[in-house]
Amino acid sequence: MRFLFKTGYEQDLRLAKHDGHRFWYGLLGLLLLAAPWLLSEYLLAQLTFILIYSVVGLGLMMLAGFTGLFSIGHAAFLGVGAYTQAVLTQMGWPFPVAMAMAGLLSAAVGVVVGLPALRVKGIYLGIATLSFGFIVEEVFARWESVTGGNTGKTVGAPQMWGWAADTGASFYFVCLVVTVVATLACLNLLRSPTGRAFVAIRDSEISAQSMGIHLAYYKTLSFAISAALAGIGGALYAHQIRFLTPDQFNIIQSIDLLLMVVIGGLGFIHGVFLGATFLIGLPQAISVVKDFLPEAIGNAPGLKAVVYGAVLVAFVLFEPMGLYGRWLKIRTYLQLFPFYRKGMFKRQKSFQKSDRLK
Amino acid sequence: MQFVQLVISGVALGCIYGLIALGFVLIYKATETVSFAQGELMMLGAFGALVCMTVLGFPFWLSVMATIAGMGLFGLLVERALIRPILGQPAFSIVMLTIGVGYMARGLITMVPGMGTDTHVLNVPYKDQLWQVGGLIVPMEQLVVMLFTAALCGALFALFRYTKLGIAMQASSQNQLAAYYMGIPVKRLNGLVWALAAVVAALAGLLLAPITFVHANMGFIGLKAFPAAVVGGFTSLPGAIVGGIIIGVVESLAGFYLPEGFKDIAAYVVVLIMLMVKPNGLFGERLRKKV
Repeated sequence: MRFLFKTGYEQDLRLAKHDGHRFWYGLLGLLLLAAPWLLSEYLLAQLTFILIYSVVGLGLMMLAGFTGLFSIGHAAFLGVGAYTQAVLTQMGWPFPVAMAMAGLLSAAVGVVVGLPALRVKGIYLGIATLSFGFIVEEVFARWESVTGGNTGKTVGAPQMWGWAADTGASFYFVCLVVTVVATLACLNLLRSPTGRAFVAIRDSEISAQSMGIHLAYYKTLSFAISAALAGIGGALYAHQIRFLTPDQFNIIQSIDLLLMVVIGGLGFIHGVFLGATFLIGLPQAISVVKDFLPEAIGNAPGLKAVVYGAVLVAFVLFEPMGLYGRWLKIRTYLQLFPFYRKGMFKRQKSFQKSDRLK
Repeated sequence: MQFVQLVISGVALGCIYGLIALGFVLIYKATETVSFAQGELMMLGAFGALVCMTVLGFPFWLSVMATIAGMGLFGLLVERALIRPILGQPAFSIVMLTIGVGYMARGLITMVPGMGTDTHVLNVPYKDQLWQVGGLIVPMEQLVVMLFTAALCGALFALFRYTKLGIAMQASSQNQLAAYYMGIPVKRLNGLVWALAAVVAALAGLLLAPITFVHANMGFIGLKAFPAAVVGGFTSLPGAIVGGIIIGVVESLAGFYLPEGFKDIAAYVVVLIMLMVKPNGLFGERLRKKV
């Protein structure tokens, strides 16, 4: 068991609380830096995808996990970022500038979508974002002069001032840098007044309001930050996948993103990375297991959907705090050994509280 | 005349949206949760009828009865096995859960050998009949949809208004804990509501099947029923039907008069406008929490 002896207020604000954190995160950092030499080309590409989805997931986590606003159309922001990046790099803009623009444009769109969020809550917001996602997908398909429509649009390697990240390893490092910066930015934001305001809004809008938090401002800000991160993730996604079509940004993608944060653990930054690893790893696992299944099941087009659905149902029923919640329980068990009690994380039984009277 | 024709086919499609939306509204009204699996329940209903008619060789009316009974049981089962354990959790948990259920239903259907991946035609007795009145041509399938929707809506309205069960459902929707204290078996009611919603979805599937086809992805039409429910106000039963009809007519007209592409998003544009102008919908109740 570890006891933290606090001698100053800065200790509460530190990102790494104790030496254990420093050691393990340092080790993780070293492994990530050494990954191109440790992993095969294919696995490195998967790791790059995990990093990209983590950036997008950070955005959705800020919105859903920390502000309590659920978006069922987040793939639209991903798409706005991806297409902005594709168009701008085609015009010869250097990669970082184009990515910043992709983020900004996404954020602007996010503010527009955030506007109905000021008036509607809960399921209504979900439907508003869902509708928005459908409309944006249709725009991608129909605005052929910019997006290339359903025939798709190719994207080149990221280039900046004479240097191009045209190998798998160099692009991996680009993604790694962006992910680390985005993660640190989110962690910093969460310990600032803005982040605290988000969490207050999530826990109770009315009490947040009575503490003097301007709901409209912070909700719009949350949408903007979330969309900007999704846009930046989209820019990386465009370079990684090299070929954009509108159906990459459909409702299935939006639900995948939600699934990622829910399975990872809503309200934990760690959850984003666990969820992203899960989301990228699951199709690989399915393709391995597939060969051992009977013909009718293994070759059914809906196999992936069944597995995703079953996993989602299982998590909501048995582990609502997600993968990170499971880790927290294991950690508490080990820390308290042998004093862990069974009911420590038990959910309280209750009836549904009316949402309509909010 | 063409305009009227378009409106009629829009109304018929709108009735389907309305019927699916009715399922959302039933569940929302009685249990304060939103089911994203309603479209998939509809798909299961259509497949159920198909199996009854082609594999088991039942006559049409028996198939309908069997499907209704089967889907009612299925609704009860889903509520008992999946929804009841997380009663009282945040509404979003249940949204994710029902998305998961929908995924599973859609995937499992494709695993049925020789049937799941194909597109089927449901042979109803009234197929390919036309009803002509003063230059208008109304396919019988569309007429049946409209008449049936009206009847069902009336029946449900009466259930909620005049029966003990309906009033208990209303009470439980307003405050489950208080309803429980008043002696209402809230959990059993929730089960009944899910069964009822599954039956309504199955009926929507049966009505939709002759107009389109029966296939694993027909549940996606459920996503268009959300706009219908919102436009009508999420808590109003007649509102769901009216909302569905509005969405259906707008879609039908947009498909004809506006450039290509607008038909698919017309429903979503309408709902976004509605949410900005009147977030509680046409018939929704406006309530505020007092602190």
